[in-house]
Amino acid sequence: MITLIIDGKYVEVPEGATVLEAAREADIYIPTLCDDPRLEPFGACRLCLVQIKGMPRPVTACTTPAREGMEVTTTNDEIERIRRTIVELLLSDHPNDCMVCEKAGDCTLQELAYFYGLRENRFWGERRQYSKKDNNPFIERDMEKCVLCGKCVRVCEEVQGVSAIDFAYRGFRTIVAPAFEKDLNCEFCGQCVSVCPTGALVGKLSLGKGRQKDIKRVDTICPYCGCGCNITLHVSRNEIIRVTSSPDTLNEGWLCVKGRFGFKFVNHPDRLKRPLIRKNGRFEEVCWDEALDYVAERLKEIKERYGPDAIAGLSSARCTNEENYLFQKFMRAAVGTNNVDHCARY
Amino acid sequence: MKGKDIQIKVCMGTGGLAAGGETVLRAFRESLKEKGIDATVDRNCSIHQVGCRGFCARDVLVDVIIDGEKTTYQYIKPEMVPQIVEEHIIKGMPVEEWTVKDDYRQFHEKQVKVVLADCGEIDPEEIDSYIDRGGYEALRRALTEMTPEQIVNTIEASGLRGRGGAGFPTGLKWEYARKNPSEVKYIICNADEGDPGAFMDRSIIEGNPHSVIEGMIIGAYAIGAKKGYVYIRAEYPLAVKRLGIALEQARQRGFLGDDILGSGFSFDIKIKLGAGAFVCGEETALIASIEGKRGMPRAKPPFPVEKGLWGKPTVINNVETLANVPYIIRNGALWFAQYGTDKSKGTKVFALTGKVRNTGLIEVPMGITLREIIYEIGGGIEGDRRLKAVQTGGPSGGCIPAHLIDIPVDYENLTKVGSIVGSGGMVVMDETDCMVNIAKYFLEFTQAESCGKCVPCRIGTKRLLEILTRITEGRGRPGDIELLEVLSNDIKLGSLCGLGQTAPNPVLSTIKYFRDEYEAHIHEKRCPAGVCKNLLTYTILEEFCKGCTLCAKVCPAGAIVGERKQPHRIVQEICIKCGACFETCKFSAIKKG
Ligand SMILES: Cc1cc2nc3c(=O)[nH]c(=O)nc-3n(C[C@H](O)[C@H](O)[C@H](O)COP(=O)(O)O)c2cc1C
Repeated sequence: MITLIIDGKYVEVPEGATVLEAAREADIYIPTLCDDPRLEPFGACRLCLVQIKGMPRPVTACTTPAREGMEVTTTNDEIERIRRTIVELLLSDHPNDCMVCEKAGDCTLQELAYFYGLRENRFWGERRQYSKKDNNPFIERDMEKCVLCGKCVRVCEEVQGVSAIDFAYRGFRTIVAPAFEKDLNCEFCGQCVSVCPTGALVGKLSLGKGRQKDIKRVDTICPYCGCGCNITLHVSRNEIIRVTSSPDTLNEGWLCVKGRFGFKFVNHPDRLKRPLIRKNGRFEEVCWDEALDYVAERLKEIKERYGPDAIAGLSSARCTNEENYLFQKFMRAAVGTNNVDHCARY
Repeated sequence: MKGKDIQIKVCMGTGGLAAGGETVLRAFRESLKEKGIDATVDRNCSIHQVGCRGFCARDVLVDVIIDGEKTTYQYIKPEMVPQIVEEHIIKGMPVEEWTVKDDYRQFHEKQVKVVLADCGEIDPEEIDSYIDRGGYEALRRALTEMTPEQIVNTIEASGLRGRGGAGFPTGLKWEYARKNPSEVKYIICNADEGDPGAFMDRSIIEGNPHSVIEGMIIGAYAIGAKKGYVYIRAEYPLAVKRLGIALEQARQRGFLGDDILGSGFSFDIKIKLGAGAFVCGEETALIASIEGKRGMPRAKPPFPVEKGLWGKPTVINNVETLANVPYIIRNGALWFAQYGTDKSKGTKVFALTGKVRNTGLIEVPMGITLREIIYEIGGGIEGDRRLKAVQTGGPSGGCIPAHLIDIPVDYENLTKVGSIVGSGGMVVMDETDCMVNIAKYFLEFTQAESCGKCVPCRIGTKRLLEILTRITEGRGRPGDIELLEVLSNDIKLGSLCGLGQTAPNPVLSTIKYFRDEYEAHIHEKRCPAGVCKNLLTYTILEEFCKGCTLCAKVCPAGAIVGERKQPHRIVQEICIKCGACFETCKFSAIKKG
């Protein structure tokens, strides 16, 4: 363990921890835009600059390893002045259309502007303007709102191993883009959306579906597979408009395309809510008792006439382990066949 | 007796080639063959291509050396060659008219050539010509007589500091790497040279690639690296070609490869071509680029000597730094340390450009004054105008005003006045240069070359440039100077790498020394140097105008009106400020300002 002093407070952290991690450990707030504890440090936004005794210039807390006896100052006039300049610079190249932005109320840039009370801006000038729309089905990419924190690029490479996007061009024209600036064509896990601190990346399914303040959050488990990822349903006007996952869960906040974007079926008019039995060539809604009786009877008939091996059972990864256990037990013990399988049994 | 006693050396550096060096060389070959020289003068005559000798403005430069007596010709064209052969080589009478004059000697007088000692003397594509002048002697000594530790100590004792910009002590860097227990280490030669107007490293590689290679092998042995890279921009095709040839020849002679000179030490060098991004000269970006990633710097620590290429300890040195190494090992640390100042030893190569009479590549001892460089080596200001400032260190440097040109040129003193030695660009400016415009020029470069990673550099330099642009266009506002200062300081402190940390230097130094020029632009809407177009007005002075109508004829906008033999007048609303009338008027009747 290493002991260092942050703003006069003694903090103990394990070897290898960064100054930013140490500050968090001590509940000392340092603003950042590009840091995510789950990703490699990047040092791009420069908001986490701190002064360390003995160093000639401020350094970024996110990239600086904590050392024994280090004396860190996380805030002073100079540091706050630079941070303020950084936020102003970002806002000088931002649409600042919070009134219509999906992310309003959950946007780090907005929070920073609020924190620094930036109603006016000393800087103004050219703003990046991109008219091209990305026509992919899931992710709305508004690169005018991008602060180039690089989280999307890093999560795509480091966590997902896909590298569908990267930085392109130089200087003020730098942009995050898929290869050759084509439409995004990846596995659409949406991890990039989940880490974006601004409204640059949002799910297309939730566009215009409700402001952050109107949302009711419901924690649950993803029903798609046995992994059991923790998810949070964002519900507005009794409709699921978005799915997120918190970083402090079993799955560390990571989801796949199904868990993150596959929720439209919930409110879909075609969704099956009750059993159907085909009668006279047409499906008719029936109650569960009738449906179960019908199935039991038909299974019994087939078994008597053709033997148990004429029946096979296919279960689903969307069932729990317990349900799958019961299902195979039913097939083996009640039906009397080993013809049982499951879509996730590779 | 036939001997090697007539030598003809033709400059085939980039400057020499551009001026037609190749055709001159061919003309010599043909002319000598035609005249049957060997038979005629009964002597052995050889022709060599050599690298840059600095005074590129005088190319093609040709040396004719007869029995050790050297005559240098300037501005040589192929059609002049037969006469030189006839009169000088056959009859022994130099063609005086074409030889270099006093100013050429003056250009070289104050220079001290260490790194460039063999540049312009040897054939860069012929390893023997380097070996003949003592080349690879240092390597032999290093590998057979010295331990790695002794080498590091020698370099440390010499006081050699990095020539790539930051001036970090080379011996110390090598010592860190040497002490690192890692099995795998790398040495990289930084030949990215991205500063606009800089051509020192390129000229060294083009003129004497073996000195860099030899320096690298010695460095590799000292730190324990088995593999080296030269990161060189693809825009330097001649340097890349000559480096490739040199590497191959070095391999054939056993200076590279397994068990070098029977010492048991093995090492080889690979060339890695860069795509010409300025930021890729920054060491961590350079490493990323070699690894096949986008060239973006990362935060230090860890430094490359701890965690560099592929995560292994890596020494990165500049071309000129490495080219110094063989000479230090060959002649000793003390010999090297005799040149320079207390903390800045040795010599430094500069690319001298701008408004001086003699532009070109120069090598001077550290501690020489700017005055000596400008007025003695450079021959003074063109047209005897007044010196205004010297910009050193390229886009990361600053402008040093005329009243400070007696300071010694070394790392400490240039930093003290707000500039840097940097990689060695030196642009001389006179009273016709607008300092706001100069700052804008450098910001245009750094702004476009920012990698885009960190906010202060990406957006900050853009905003700096926009403010400078509006000032030069007459749209400056009160408070803009202060805004430039505040923003510049925040960019310097807030940026991730050296690019952003130094990009505001041209702005800050020009404000510091030429604030009145900024004020004139903003408050009086006037460009004192008469450079910023939007702030100029051309007017005709009635008392001088003879009504010759010449100005009206050349005016592309039809903005000049007047009767023949009557004073003319410029209609300001139509004038596009091209200056054509000003240049044309024979009676100095047009006023610019
Ligand atoms: C933006 C930027 C560009 C640089 N470009 C070069 C370059 O072109 N050549 C070079 O040798 N060093 C360059 N450097 C300096 C290198 O990062 C590094 O300090 C140097 O190569 C170390 O070698 P030295 O110790 O021999 O000087 C650059 C630095 C920065 C920040």
